[in-house]
Amino acid sequence: MTGFTPLSSLAGGALIGLAAALLWLGAGRIAGISGIVAGAATGEASERSWRLAFLAGLVGALLLYQAAVARPAVDIAAGPMTLAVAGLLVGFGTRLGMGCTSGHGVCGIARLSRRSLVATCVFMAAGAATVFVVRHVVGV
Amino acid sequence: MQAVGLLSGLLFGLGLVVSGMISPAKVLAFLDVAGAWDPSLALVMAAAVSVAGVGFAIGRRLRKPLAATAFAGPTRRDIDANLIAGALLFGIGWGLAGFCPGPALASLSVAGSRSAVFVIAMLAGMGGEALFSRFANRRPRPA
Repeated sequence: MTGFTPLSSLAGGALIGLAAALLWLGAGRIAGISGIVAGAATGEASERSWRLAFLAGLVGALLLYQAAVARPAVDIAAGPMTLAVAGLLVGFGTRLGMGCTSGHGVCGIARLSRRSLVATCVFMAAGAATVFVVRHVVGV
Repeated sequence: MQAVGLLSGLLFGLGLVVSGMISPAKVLAFLDVAGAWDPSLALVMAAAVSVAGVGFAIGRRLRKPLAATAFAGPTRRDIDANLIAGALLFGIGWGLAGFCPGPALASLSVAGSRSAVFVIAMLAGMGGEALFSRFANRRPRPA
């Protein structure tokens, strides 16, 4: 159980939105993490380098935050098997559906894309249904 | 373009920490609508979409991005079965662990092996999808 944190949620969300706006206005690219990850491995060289730089920033942000501020709480309840199955589903699903929380949920909706709005509604509903089954039906 | 990518990644990672979304427990508390519901993620999305929306609106007035030759955004507008099936599978995985790609990668330096298990499986899933889509002989698409 976690508490509602409206101010830090708005501030953190604004930073994520700023990151997406910057990447679009500066580089003309969509800040969709799943696409950036997949493209960093398989894209053409010129498209790989900015993606690798983005991922270095994403990972580096946490290293800097830990060094300068504090070690952030990352509370993972799932065991290794669940994490592995979840990772497979997230990897396969985000490529098949061409986007995740950032690409569809943030950038797509901000671009007023109907595809992204539909995808976001579907993954939100599927996520909520999964948590409902795991926590309230199976009762883990 | 690399500098823009690096700065954007840094801001994105910082946003995940500040918002608390780097923690799967926080994400699952949002998805748990029948439990002790924590609406925080909705505010994160609302703020992110609003700020990004201003960026995309400004972009419509530009002929090209500041540090690249052209805007390269998605062009498809159709709602197809892959979009729905992909979002469905992603949502199930998201609900199982509370991780989506950004927080999983960003937390590698904090949560170590637990995030790594998820990230390695995620990369395998992405590779599996590439094989699947090749096998299914779908139209090739930009990465």
